[in-house]
Amino acid sequence: MKNPFSVEGKTILITGAASGIGKATTLQCAEMGAKVILLDLNEDGLNATKGEIAEGCAESFALNLTDFDALCETVSQLPKLDGVVSNAGIFYSMMAKLSDRKDMEKIFEINTFSHINLLQQLMEQKKLNKGASIVITSSMSGVFCGAVGGSLYGATKSALAGYAKALAIELAPRGIRVNTVHPGMINTPLIHSAALSQDVLDEDKKNYPLGRYGEPEEVAYSIVYLLSDATQWITGTQLLIDGGFSVK
Amino acid sequence: MELKDFIQQFAEQFDDTDASEIDAQTSFHDLEEWDSLIALAVLNMTEKRYGKRITFDDMKKCDTVEDLFNVILAK
Repeated sequence: MKNPFSVEGKTILITGAASGIGKATTLQCAEMGAKVILLDLNEDGLNATKGEIAEGCAESFALNLTDFDALCETVSQLPKLDGVVSNAGIFYSMMAKLSDRKDMEKIFEINTFSHINLLQQLMEQKKLNKGASIVITSSMSGVFCGAVGGSLYGATKSALAGYAKALAIELAPRGIRVNTVHPGMINTPLIHSAALSQDVLDEDKKNYPLGRYGEPEEVAYSIVYLLSDATQWITGTQLLIDGGFSVK
Repeated sequence: MELKDFIQQFAEQFDDTDASEIDAQTSFHDLEEWDSLIALAVLNMTEKRYGKRITFDDMKKCDTVEDLFNVILAK
């Protein structure tokens, strides 16, 4: 019997595949029999992720997604895709009153513009198969809630959510689905690079009814679900993965 | 990076505390307005103006504004 929740046999592109949610998603897809194509700036991390996947099931490209010419060139080398996980991003905590143009450019370039550029190129270079699934990693921050120091980060993530809604309509005639996932705090290198002390993190965890932060794998499972044929009638939706944070 | 300039920039992050209330020997955790928002603003300011990254843990270990200045200087 065919498992509708499987991604077996699909060719899936994942950005930010060297660590965190991107890495967990890559490994989960590969584990379930997909052919995965990994993109990331971090070549060592890419190789480490690829090293955990069976020979011949993964291809990788070290790429700075904010370099548009390099991005176009890489896209031209890609095969046709059944799935795209547009996931690369940075976390940057900056009080609104201190946020200037330079900060905006730094975070929007990678968190928003690179996603839009990648998806635009995948469309222009006709790399998306009919019935493909696109999953964009947004955040609960900026869409479902706000956080101190998170004004720019939230703005980049809500921009993605807005972009995805229109893209879902534009691609629907070809049966291509576009959905966003909105994780709360996940135990990734991203949060541990943000100058937050363990005390602050431990205190923050108390805001989550399920009592802890999420794990990258727990977001990966939701992404796999949206990539799978089980969600063929789901497009333009926002899947919140927040351990109950927003319920309170 | 001068102590005088740092004190001025540090004081700049407060809205209701007059700059005259803050000097090198001020125990900043005791200031009424001091909270996690001001702490983040100080952290952001330090990175932007002096190109040095400090953490909340660094701040917690400091008593006076000068202590914090010295921690930043040593980074």
